[in-house]
Amino acid sequence: MAFDWLFFLEVLIAGLLSGAMYSLVALGFVLIFKASGVFNFAQGAMVLLAALTFVRLVEMGAPLWLAGVSTLMVMVVLAMLVERLVLRQLVNQAPIILFMASIGLNFFIEGTAQGVWDSDVHALDLGVPDLPIDVFGMLISQFDIFAAAMVAALVVVLAVFFQKTRIGRALRAVADDHQAALSVGIPLQTIWVVVWSVAGVVALVAGLVWGSKLGVQFSISLVALKALPVLILGGFTSVPGAIIGGLIIGAGEKLAEVFIGPFVGGAIESWFPYMLAMVFLLFRPQGLFGEKIIERV
Amino acid sequence: MFYREAGQFKASYAADQSIFPIAQDRFGVLVILAVAFVFVPLVANEYWLRSILTPFLIFSLAALGLNILTGYAGQLSLGTAGFMAVGAFAAYNLQIRIPEIPFILDFVLAGLIAAAVGILFGLPSLRIKGFYLAVATLAAQFFLEWLFTRVGWFTNYSSSGVITAPPMVMFGFEFSGAQSRYLLTLSIVAVLALAAKNMVRSEIGRAWMAVRDMDVAAEVIGIRLLHTKLLAFAVSSFYCGIAGALWAYVYLGTVEPQAFDIFRSFEILFMIIIGGLGSILGSFLGAAFIVLLPIVLNNVSSIFAGGTLSAHTLSHLELVIFGSLIIFFLIVEPAGLARLWQIAKEKFRLWPFPY
Amino acid sequence: MNLSEFGRNSIWAAIIAVPMMISPAAAQQFIPVTTYDTGPYAVNGQPFMDGFVDYLKMLNARDGGINGVKLTWEECETGYKPDRFVECYERLKNKGEAGASLFNPLGTGLTYAVIDRAPQDKIPVISLGYGRTDASDGRVFPYIFPMVTNYWSQSTAKIKFIGQKLGGMDKLKGQKIANVHHDSAYGKETIPVLAKQAEIYGFEVTHFPVTHPGLDQKATWLQIRQYKPDWVILRGWGVMNQTAIKEAARIRFPRDQMIGVWWSCAEQDTVPAGAAADGYICAGFHAAGQDFPLIQDILKHVYDKGDGAGSKKAVGTILWNRGVVNAFLSVAGIKTAQKKFGNKVMSGEQVRWGLENLNLTAADIGSQGATGLVPPLKLSCLDHEGGGGVKFQQWVGDHWEMVSDWIETDQSIVRPMIEASAAKYAAEKGLTLRTGMSLGSECP
Repeated sequence: MAFDWLFFLEVLIAGLLSGAMYSLVALGFVLIFKASGVFNFAQGAMVLLAALTFVRLVEMGAPLWLAGVSTLMVMVVLAMLVERLVLRQLVNQAPIILFMASIGLNFFIEGTAQGVWDSDVHALDLGVPDLPIDVFGMLISQFDIFAAAMVAALVVVLAVFFQKTRIGRALRAVADDHQAALSVGIPLQTIWVVVWSVAGVVALVAGLVWGSKLGVQFSISLVALKALPVLILGGFTSVPGAIIGGLIIGAGEKLAEVFIGPFVGGAIESWFPYMLAMVFLLFRPQGLFGEKIIERV
Repeated sequence: MFYREAGQFKASYAADQSIFPIAQDRFGVLVILAVAFVFVPLVANEYWLRSILTPFLIFSLAALGLNILTGYAGQLSLGTAGFMAVGAFAAYNLQIRIPEIPFILDFVLAGLIAAAVGILFGLPSLRIKGFYLAVATLAAQFFLEWLFTRVGWFTNYSSSGVITAPPMVMFGFEFSGAQSRYLLTLSIVAVLALAAKNMVRSEIGRAWMAVRDMDVAAEVIGIRLLHTKLLAFAVSSFYCGIAGALWAYVYLGTVEPQAFDIFRSFEILFMIIIGGLGSILGSFLGAAFIVLLPIVLNNVSSIFAGGTLSAHTLSHLELVIFGSLIIFFLIVEPAGLARLWQIAKEKFRLWPFPY
Repeated sequence: MNLSEFGRNSIWAAIIAVPMMISPAAAQQFIPVTTYDTGPYAVNGQPFMDGFVDYLKMLNARDGGINGVKLTWEECETGYKPDRFVECYERLKNKGEAGASLFNPLGTGLTYAVIDRAPQDKIPVISLGYGRTDASDGRVFPYIFPMVTNYWSQSTAKIKFIGQKLGGMDKLKGQKIANVHHDSAYGKETIPVLAKQAEIYGFEVTHFPVTHPGLDQKATWLQIRQYKPDWVILRGWGVMNQTAIKEAARIRFPRDQMIGVWWSCAEQDTVPAGAAADGYICAGFHAAGQDFPLIQDILKHVYDKGDGAGSKKAVGTILWNRGVVNAFLSVAGIKTAQKKFGNKVMSGEQVRWGLENLNLTAADIGSQGATGLVPPLKLSCLDHEGGGGVKFQQWVGDHWEMVSDWIETDQSIVRPMIEASAAKYAAEKGLTLRTGMSLGSECP
């Protein structure tokens, strides 16, 4: 049988679209890591909190815009609490300690979100039908295209925010060098609140997209796992890295599963992205877009 | 007043190099061992032995293994559960296929097999560093989990992929009761903890710490990086492998590959961070914190609040408290629970006249 | 409690300050309720446990317990993790006057974790429609009860149903079936029986494993699109189900040719999938809905007094009803035991006798207002399953509609496989079989 190039292309497109959705989660990690040096384990829980708050408000009869704004406020309050109660207390600690603190935060948010709302599953309909459209005999999901468009829009908004606004420039300064930023009068604590809030916004978008795909429930916090190989491949500090990394991982894992999987028993999607990322890293140890590591003795 | 080194003179090199140079420490350790070996089996009931202390010891062993790799040699690993799975499945297959080998030897062999796998996945550590190294161990984690799920040979073609441990018999004695199993685990953990303590204060341990602090500098002073890093991976995986075998045989008696998933790896990583990186004691304290605290919370809440709050709310409240306590302890002492204990000891040395 | 045990307990209580071993004093039948309110499967665990507890509450409120013995219970959070479940099991097994009556692990992996322990502690474990299939052989697994129908029996009913839809079992020849399964003990359980059935009926089956939690299944479904099966069997759990249903819609696979197992068959799986779930068919071993006198009693005696374990919304949904059925069968076992041992608190061993001699006739079920909700069952010491049937239901927009009668399972296929598998297990474990019996002989 001749190799079915059309099917190959279909798998590739599906993979890239999945990858865009992984990037969406990875973005939140990158933002926080850049500005506050925390590998934020709680990102998945933040996605859950945002989506759950949103969907419950909608169920209570709030219009979409109001639910969105209220959820954003919840995420900003969360950012303020995190800064006040966690980050400020742990200034200058090693990255691994901050990582552990974010794990505590993860349990805290998970418990609170589900305790306040509930741990049932909620349907979320954003009004975009999840139906395929035919393109030369390939089936491509409308919803995935919508999600990819959301990711693109989000990246543009973030880029403008970082490049053009005053606070965005301050953010980049902090990301480059905390102490230098402090010395020119940038208020570090405000910056942290802003960054965690922005990550909250990203979490909300991710929560809406994944939530309408899977239903809003605890499991959407597990999408954070999907972001891990993306981060490692793209570099923890690079927004373009998160996007490109996501696309490579998404396409790579789908192609591997469909074309290699059947020969080895299937379900290789679970480890293939890591093997892929590892091979990349052997050649570029700092990730695709990570800053070059310079070691001095 | 009671805890101080004054008046204890070291007259020989052997005395100077002993594990616990202070008499009070030696005494303390002996008391702990005596309590663990004699007192606990006598007074603890089955619930405590079987479902609290045994898993606690097994987790401590796994945490010890990870602490050697991450805490001492500075190589971040998220594949601990994968190496535990290797140990569990290796022990099972050895016993099913070569029943002549006594099961204790099976455990050691299982540990060695896990060590070999650990070396294999440790190879990228020569090139990839820091958080990025996690990818190699994550690859190990997911690949091994997949391997044991998909390849029927490892589970002796059990339809559901679950293995059940054969009985553990040695010299005609079957380890089936809660007490014998607890003592078996305790003995293995005690021996391995002692070995670890000695290892980290020997040349190997110092080489590990040099690599952790700065591997380029370590290389400059003549430490062979390849050798040292891979040795850390091997020793760590050996410990984890034995922990996995114990988990399958002594604790659950049955195991599916999903018992060793990524969340188990995270759990063990949490233990060493909260307990204290680069501390033997910390591994035990961390395991106690992460394993026992949720159980204690669950028990306490069902006793004190069972009637007033719904079960649903309680389970979530437990998560909230657990998370808050993690953050609280990190703020109090970022270097881990072991450090808290050290501070307490310092205070006690000066007590009651702290001037 | 003897003196030395008392001593031990008080020492431990004093040392750790967590008083775990306080036993209630009154004459009450203790039923442990292990559940999961947290983690990825809480969505399914919660309504199940609510139904279970609601039934017990109703019995206490309406009848004052069973035959004058009050029921008492305690919840324990397992998080769907075998090790947490083992801790719960050990904690609760000695509670109550005569210890725990029985356990309902609510998870296949969880059931596996106590298969060794249950016979030692003499506490029966009911795995209602899940768990280890070959445990239906009561000679090798005296304390494990995969009741109503196990996975293999269910699989035979499913193939029969497909045969019915095709208009005859001979039409199965040449059909292509894709088995999309959760890559765990639970998901893999039917692989051998499907292989056997494929051999008998001449259809082709291909297995598509999905790794937990199954958030993204595009690759799997693209493969299915390429494979072009006639039927898809779905064995998912939790979030995997609605994702699978949605992915099926994306490749335009007809949902009425998708047959789910009963754990892929609740409102929690179809509602989030939205319109994609229309026409989806799946199996059940009990009915949905509130139109049963038994459930009306629960509403009257529990919910109307504001004492419900969960929200009233859940009453009548599949998983809530399954919780009720689970509790119903547990209590039926205890009642049967009471007939022999007297109307007092039953021990685990006595409850096991009750379960093995359980004979639920249509009349019994009718007298308790559960006709149609619970199928008639008869267990024996050889057969721990009971020979229940399977009903198929279809999702039509916002509710389930029954699309079949009770379909009998095909024991001529299942039973020999169960016995062979159980014998292999017994050999591997070096088990001595129950006294008075050997493999292949009848019950004494």
